[in-house]
Amino acid sequence: MSKMATSALASILLIAGAPSVRAASSEADFKAAYAAAEAANKQAGLLRDQWTTTAATVAAAKKAADSGDFDAAVASSREAEALAKASIFQATSEKEAWKALEIR
Amino acid sequence: MRSAIHLASAALALAALAFTAAPSAAAETPDPTADAKAFQNYFTQKFPKLKLEDFVNGPYSMNEDMHKQWEEKEQFPPYDFSLDLGKEMFSKPFKNGKSYADCFPNGGIGIRQDYPIFDQKEGKVVTLELALNRCREANGEAPFSYVKDEMAALTAYMAFTSRGKPFDIKIPNDPRALEAYQNGKRYFYTRRGQLNFSCASCHVQNPGERIRAEILAPALGILNAMPIYRSEWGGMGTISRRFTTCNSQIRGVPLDPQADEYRDLEYYLSYVSNGLPISGPGARP
Repeated sequence: MSKMATSALASILLIAGAPSVRAASSEADFKAAYAAAEAANKQAGLLRDQWTTTAATVAAAKKAADSGDFDAAVASSREAEALAKASIFQATSEKEAWKALEIR
Repeated sequence: MRSAIHLASAALALAALAFTAAPSAAAETPDPTADAKAFQNYFTQKFPKLKLEDFVNGPYSMNEDMHKQWEEKEQFPPYDFSLDLGKEMFSKPFKNGKSYADCFPNGGIGIRQDYPIFDQKEGKVVTLELALNRCREANGEAPFSYVKDEMAALTAYMAFTSRGKPFDIKIPNDPRALEAYQNGKRYFYTRRGQLNFSCASCHVQNPGERIRAEILAPALGILNAMPIYRSEWGGMGTISRRFTTCNSQIRGVPLDPQADEYRDLEYYLSYVSNGLPISGPGARP
């Protein structure tokens, strides 16, 4: 293997391994991610379109934080926020899209 | 892995939405009469062998084997205990000496087909379940849970006294009534929950098809058989129970029973089944 190829491979491995050396999440990271998830889910509630999976994922985030696992708590909070935002998108799109299904 | 599945399903839902989004149409005035005609035509054309009145038997009309099972089940129907309880409760006076009969036209007998009504004083839809709890509260009694047990028993008895009478839902000449009807229609066709299903996804697009072990009922006549004994529930359930569990099954957080949306949905669904006979209480797998 040439020096250049070896060097390229080493770079790829370093990049691929980068997340494993990421700093652990703190309680503050969790609180910020959790607040964002709750805010998005609240907005979905105002649109009358919350998802059960969002609620379950928010609960999982809280449980992980209570046990001191802030990495998992932040990951669940971010997942919950993504789910809540998808439900908001759904509710917003459906304001017009429902008509496509109507029997006429 | 769980996260990946959730995120992937959310992404799929978004992709589906992107493809189904229709261009904004100009506001149209609802035409309930035309809607009901189109609704009934859709189902009768989809199932040309069925008579209109057969649609009230839900999945039992869609499958010959199930129809035979149903005929046998009706010899000793599982809703009988609830029906007996409802009859007893209906005739028992409240503590103040009045009874349910004092709250309804014709003493509450043979009136199921008229509900929900649009109450022009309140400006909202009033379902039979709501009217029953209001009757209780007006007479100093605590309201019942909307989803099962006593409420199912009372509505079972009231439906039984109305069997064979065609749904006769009225939309008064009141813009609020038309708005409630339109809101109900919108709710029926609106996709919700993580599974991105609307009521219509199952009960308009796929009646007669299986979803896991169940055969989906057609939306036409679906409320005529309520309340129902469901083997899946191991007991009786009301219209409120049906709506809230449907929402949960598609991974949507259900609204409170008798929320305005559900009242309007019941108004719409009942109206488009006008002319079909009351068959409740019913039994379903």
